[in-house]
Amino acid sequence: MRSIYYFGTCLVDLFYPSAGLSGIKLLEQANCRVIYPHEQSCCGQPPFNSGFRDEARAVAIEQLKLFQEPHDLVVPSGSCAGMIKHHWVELLAGSEYESAARELAARTYELGEYLVDHLHVQLEDKGQPTTIVLHTSCSARREMGVAAQGKALLAQLANVTVEVPAYETECCGFGGTFSVKQPEISAAMAQDKTTHIAATGADQFVCGDSGCLMNLSGTLEKRGIQLDSSHLYDFIWERVQ
Amino acid sequence: MNAKANFTDAAKTALENPTLRSNFRSAMDSLRERRAAQFPDEAELDGARDLASAIRSRALNSLSDNLVELEKNCLANGIQVHWAETTAEANQIILDICQRHDAKHVIKGKSMVSEECHLNDFLAQHDIEALESDLGEYIVQIDGETPSHIIMPAIHKNKKEIAELFAEKIPGVEYTEDVDTLTAIARKVLRHKFESAAVGISGVNFAVAETGTLCLVENEGNGRMTTTVPPVHIAITGIEKVVPKLSDIAPLYSVLTRSATGQHATTYFNLISSPRREGERDGPQEVHLVLLDNGRSKIYNDEQMRETLKCIRCGACMNHCPVYTRIGGHAYGTVYPGPIGQILNPQQYGIDQAGEMLSACSLNGACGEACPVRIPIPSLISELRHEATRNDQQGRVYGQGALRKLHEAVVWGSWKWIHQNPTAYRLMGFAATRLRKWVPDSAMGPWTRTRVKPALAPKTLHEMMKERGE
Repeated sequence: MRSIYYFGTCLVDLFYPSAGLSGIKLLEQANCRVIYPHEQSCCGQPPFNSGFRDEARAVAIEQLKLFQEPHDLVVPSGSCAGMIKHHWVELLAGSEYESAARELAARTYELGEYLVDHLHVQLEDKGQPTTIVLHTSCSARREMGVAAQGKALLAQLANVTVEVPAYETECCGFGGTFSVKQPEISAAMAQDKTTHIAATGADQFVCGDSGCLMNLSGTLEKRGIQLDSSHLYDFIWERVQ
Repeated sequence: MNAKANFTDAAKTALENPTLRSNFRSAMDSLRERRAAQFPDEAELDGARDLASAIRSRALNSLSDNLVELEKNCLANGIQVHWAETTAEANQIILDICQRHDAKHVIKGKSMVSEECHLNDFLAQHDIEALESDLGEYIVQIDGETPSHIIMPAIHKNKKEIAELFAEKIPGVEYTEDVDTLTAIARKVLRHKFESAAVGISGVNFAVAETGTLCLVENEGNGRMTTTVPPVHIAITGIEKVVPKLSDIAPLYSVLTRSATGQHATTYFNLISSPRREGERDGPQEVHLVLLDNGRSKIYNDEQMRETLKCIRCGACMNHCPVYTRIGGHAYGTVYPGPIGQILNPQQYGIDQAGEMLSACSLNGACGEACPVRIPIPSLISELRHEATRNDQQGRVYGQGALRKLHEAVVWGSWKWIHQNPTAYRLMGFAATRLRKWVPDSAMGPWTRTRVKPALAPKTLHEMMKERGE
């Protein structure tokens, strides 16, 4: 049995804990022992993206210390995994923590990526036939390069048809503090994205990154578009029960 | 430069204009599709970007040597070389040349550096009419506007708007939406101007140090006319455009045209290496090259920020930017809009003057993915946000710390304390989830104007894991 670290992320912790737990169960089902350090909080992305690097660095250092054993670190989010894998190294360059950050970066993975590429999971779909539309976050797609793995997981579910929305690769308008600092531009992007999602006629909307999910499900509901939204890992876990 | 207060308001106004939104959406879609069609093979694209990036990096790393070599070889070719630290100096150099030749009007090829100088306005103040000969530039000029895109200056206008503009502004023109007729009208106006202009002014896409050659990429032939018909040709460019070798040009040209307009090659590619030589039947008697700094040396001095200067001005970053696609170029209020503008303008003019636009980025990475010379635009935007909010004065970028707001500093200071302290963090999570029903919509700020408030969970993942005994 392999031991792995799990970094739940702050958004999952507060808004989508069941998705976090579903991710853990998927890993356990694939014969992993999941270590969840209780001192974990946030990867530091919000202040980092806002320019407040000293604050992000202080928290990154505390979090880095929690993952010292050579186990792989698995994160149920492309953007938080990207922060740890790419930006902690940048933040801690030239400090006493640089080599530890580099070492951790080399064993940090997004959950879907880990399930597909490292654990080679085979999912058995026990759900009713359904059609879904998937949004993949820009950080999963461009920073982590793992857009294909999320799709590969869904492709294993025999009764699930995945619709591709128009402008699939375009940003949903979340962007963390961008959505607060430029709310009108962010809203225009979310408006367009939800229009394309709804136009697929899918039964459900699924997304593997909490920020995008929160942005898009909130916009869909505000617009009165009847479309159930689920976190990707909740969706998958429920189908394999 | 008055982008400071205006960016956010201008962006809002643009978002509320459905014609503008649809003009940009369809234009950007078409440019992106055309680019994608030019790069069917991902490995070839990666290789072409690696090569172009390496050429630009190498050229910048030996910039001062290349500039000295360029000047030497231009002079040997008979091209007069002028150095301008500021736009005011560049304008004065150009004015002096025009006045020496008693120019009453000049004809211009497309040049973003001349836009940086606001050259047309400056010449007009000295009773010299500067007429733009690039069709898009001509359209925005007769409407009293500035370019909204660096390679497609009039992309914000649709056919109908151009038809109305021509009927209104050009004497004797009747309303028509026929594109060929509209082009023929502009062509007729411009032909007369080419014949009588004393001076032609153009930009430069690449300058080759080893041969003293100026390269000009264009599609309309107006660039060739501008640089060959009038007796005097003045080329103006930024100091970063020089490359050491003639062999550097082909790989750069290839990624430029494919990334910019999705063309395998442009209709015209001009290599200008001297004024008219004895025995030659055409070409200008004088060729001048004006090399402009305007903040570039400052950018150059920082190794990380230097990447900004690799830009070959293809516009692919704006074509792929979801923000630019929605607000268009004018909202930025600066000569260079879109992602490249977001890293260039704050460095050129200072974060205090042009830093507001740094917030208009979701860091989605589409620009960085499209950039043919691999400028890490998202990383540089993030870096400049840091420069904008840090309060230690190191002088790396003009206007450092100008966007640091006290309330934001307090928010992130408290954030740090909570997230560094596991007990405080767990207590905050516990309190937030238990009090979730009492969190008012207003706590989310502008978020809830267009979205339903996100639902906090009944309990945190930390608690669930504790219950599992882990």
